[in-house]
Amino acid sequence: MSHGNNSEIIDEYITLHSSLSIFRVIKMCGIIGFIDRTKSRMDGSSIKAALSLMNERGSGDGAGYAAYGIYPEYADYYALHVFFDNLGEPKKKVDELLQQLGEIVHQEEIPTTPQPGIKKVHIPWRYFFKPSEDLMEGKMASENDVVTYIVMEVNANVKGATICSSGKNMGVFKASGWPEDVANFYRIEDYKGYIWLGHNRYPTNSPGWWGGAHPFNLLNWSVVHNGEITSYGTNQRYVEGYGYKCSLFTDTEVVAYLFDLLGRQHGLSYEMVVKALAPPFWDEIDRMPAKEAELNKAVRLTYGSALMNGPFAIVVGTENGIVGFTDRIKLRPLVVGENGNRLYISSEEAAIRVLDPEVKNVYTPRAGEPIIGRFIE
Amino acid sequence: MTLGSVPPKFKVNIDRDQCMDCGRCIENCSYGVYRREGDKILIESRKCTGCLRCVAMCPRDAITLTEKPIDYRSHPLWTREVREDIIKQARSGKIILSGMGNARDLPVVYDRLLLDACQVTNPSIDPLREPMELRTYIGKKPSKLKFKKTESGDVELETKLAPNLKLNTPIMIGHMSFGAISLNSQLSMAKAVTELGTYMGTGEGGLHKDLYPYQDHMIVQVASGRFGVNIDYLERGAAIEIKIGQGAKPGIGGHLPGEKVNEEVSRTRMIPVGSDAISPAPHHDIYSIEDLVQLIRSLKEATEWKKPVFVKIAAVHNVAPIAAGIARSSADAVVIDGFRGGTGAAPKVFRDNVGIPIEVAIASVDQKLREQGVRNEISIIASGGIRSSADLAKSIALGADAVNIGTAALVALGCRVCGNCYRNLCPWGIATQRPELVSRLDPERGAIQVSNLIKGWTYELSELMGAAGINSIESLRGNRDRLRGYMLDEQMLKILDVLPAGA
Ligand code: SF4
Ligand code: SF4
Repeated sequence: MSHGNNSEIIDEYITLHSSLSIFRVIKMCGIIGFIDRTKSRMDGSSIKAALSLMNERGSGDGAGYAAYGIYPEYADYYALHVFFDNLGEPKKKVDELLQQLGEIVHQEEIPTTPQPGIKKVHIPWRYFFKPSEDLMEGKMASENDVVTYIVMEVNANVKGATICSSGKNMGVFKASGWPEDVANFYRIEDYKGYIWLGHNRYPTNSPGWWGGAHPFNLLNWSVVHNGEITSYGTNQRYVEGYGYKCSLFTDTEVVAYLFDLLGRQHGLSYEMVVKALAPPFWDEIDRMPAKEAELNKAVRLTYGSALMNGPFAIVVGTENGIVGFTDRIKLRPLVVGENGNRLYISSEEAAIRVLDPEVKNVYTPRAGEPIIGRFIE
Repeated sequence: MTLGSVPPKFKVNIDRDQCMDCGRCIENCSYGVYRREGDKILIESRKCTGCLRCVAMCPRDAITLTEKPIDYRSHPLWTREVREDIIKQARSGKIILSGMGNARDLPVVYDRLLLDACQVTNPSIDPLREPMELRTYIGKKPSKLKFKKTESGDVELETKLAPNLKLNTPIMIGHMSFGAISLNSQLSMAKAVTELGTYMGTGEGGLHKDLYPYQDHMIVQVASGRFGVNIDYLERGAAIEIKIGQGAKPGIGGHLPGEKVNEEVSRTRMIPVGSDAISPAPHHDIYSIEDLVQLIRSLKEATEWKKPVFVKIAAVHNVAPIAAGIARSSADAVVIDGFRGGTGAAPKVFRDNVGIPIEVAIASVDQKLREQGVRNEISIIASGGIRSSADLAKSIALGADAVNIGTAALVALGCRVCGNCYRNLCPWGIATQRPELVSRLDPERGAIQVSNLIKGWTYELSELMGAAGINSIESLRGNRDRLRGYMLDEQMLKILDVLPAGA
């Protein structure tokens, strides 16, 4: 509608607001993403150094890493990383559920080294798991559906157990503590991956338990996120209508489920998922050529409840690469750097320079523009 | 007359020192409160309805009105209203008629829901400097999209979109028929919605030819009486609404008193002059959901699947499964009318006792549609007692796509909610067909007032969204995370799926 003929009201508001908009206080989190497009693997030491550089963005309350390509010997199995409060009842329940729905090929405690800065409140465990094929029908028509069901069931209903990652040939390592301590705790330099995500957290809306730290994961989707999602309630209602359960007390969790729903279940390309989550404004759509406008309109109409509002910068790790993007008005920073087959996405250029002092082509993407790094076949 | 008279509702008084004896009160009062005898203006307070026309027109502010000048002995159970209703019925042996919405003093859920705003951790958005999107599409939406790659490698949309109405603001004006209200009222609102890029309903009284220029912004209604319905009418509307029920009187049909059926109304409705237009309680071709599905299809066939078809139901106890049934048909939107919805004429016992609040109905319908995976199949339009931009924001946060306003639009035209709409004497020229009263309402000025109201609410909604860090209406829709309940009991919080304040 036209705001034109109500200039009095507008004037009043301008006086009222002109002083307000400078008070933007940015909640700080440091995020970083890395991919080697040729799948040549890098160990965790430099990602640790890069993340630690952003310590002023964190508070020592939580940090985490996701690494892809770390379990080549079990590449065909789902690697389930689980936090157990103890190895009694919670583990028994998870074991039972897994045995009921498939086969545990291997399991062990994730090796850790005690750190003065980390209180080991959970026992990190990993399973390598294969869902059994004869169970796959109806709602659980694929291996991925079965694993999704297991994750939702354990995280919502098994007390003392949280599955923190569930993809293949990948894993999430996270805890409450500073990034160096978390890395040393998990001996992160012992893992070699072709995708790495890191997150240094300044928590405001989740309790300081390990499950609340980033990255958040479901299947091969892992998310690191700086910001706050003001549309969380809408997004949550939307994904819960499709059987996902948001049980981790944080807004970021829903991003992993949105990617799984749109990217896997609906089969949208990464570009299209980002378009749904951070779509162009109607004003821009109205100026597009007819066909393009129709496509964008269809995305907004269909996926309106998936639109993410509020300030955010996000990097998502996937089966085929990484995807970085910001909110529609870019209220959070995101910097991209490239060097040959390597692509870096981070909150800060300095962090990228720690990872790769030779980095070239450093730039800041436009609001809502997807930055996608894919493997070269 | 063993019953005698009941005490007058109002006492009207003229401050004779202030009065300049201009006689405007006499001219303006259509209920005959004032008359001149010699050089004195006499007052018959008993006739006063509290419409405040005289007060508004008196140049000297000489008139005062006292409500309930003589009251009954107070009693918590046997209230004044209860006693007078009994006296009325003892006298008449009839159903008591009433106008406007539910007049009982029941708690309003909207008033016990509080909205959220950003502080520190995320920035609020300033709608005057940054885009704020309120554009809303009403109609069926696919639940997922399919794309295909063209030979040149471009991505193309494969899914076909159903026709949707495009609203620039999520506020529409609900159905008030020509007959119940005057042509000038309809014209005022039609001009306003056309200017603003939103829609209004025709009501069940057909479409007067003077409204044809605005037909692209009018939703034509098919109610159980089928007044004024023919193919020309259906084709003119931007969308078609099947009215099953209405919040003010769920379970019974429309009622237009014969006094209001003059030449024009009779022509537009296609009924004889002076006859009561009473719509049957049910549609006699809809006795089940399957029948409704058929009617929707026939209307769509008749209009070549170009027009969205809405179904309006009253919010009754099992509104959620009913709405879910409607969602599975080819209907494009379900309009839910809460128990506070207004009306021109309804039996008082219905108006005040039947149905449930709209807030609760939105919550349970949205929930049910999501559980059944059909939320995208249908838009939810909420109505029935929406008084402000706050009610609007809360309705959307509970899960509605848009709201219909009715009474609020009439108040913008001058209505003072006196509740005497069924008498054809509305002194504001709204709920009347008397030419001398209708001419009091200038459609040009009326249009500005209605459009101002909707603009004002739209600005306020933008501000509320901006403060909550949201720049697009779809992120408010169903965002119950941004609502908190205050002084609501646990059961109610559960149904609304809202946390209590402080949590
Ligand atoms: S309108 Fe006011 S000033 Fe005029 S006659 Fe009536 S009371 Fe007196
Ligand atoms: S429309 Fe007229 S009669 Fe009806 S309540 Fe409003 S002022 Fe009274």
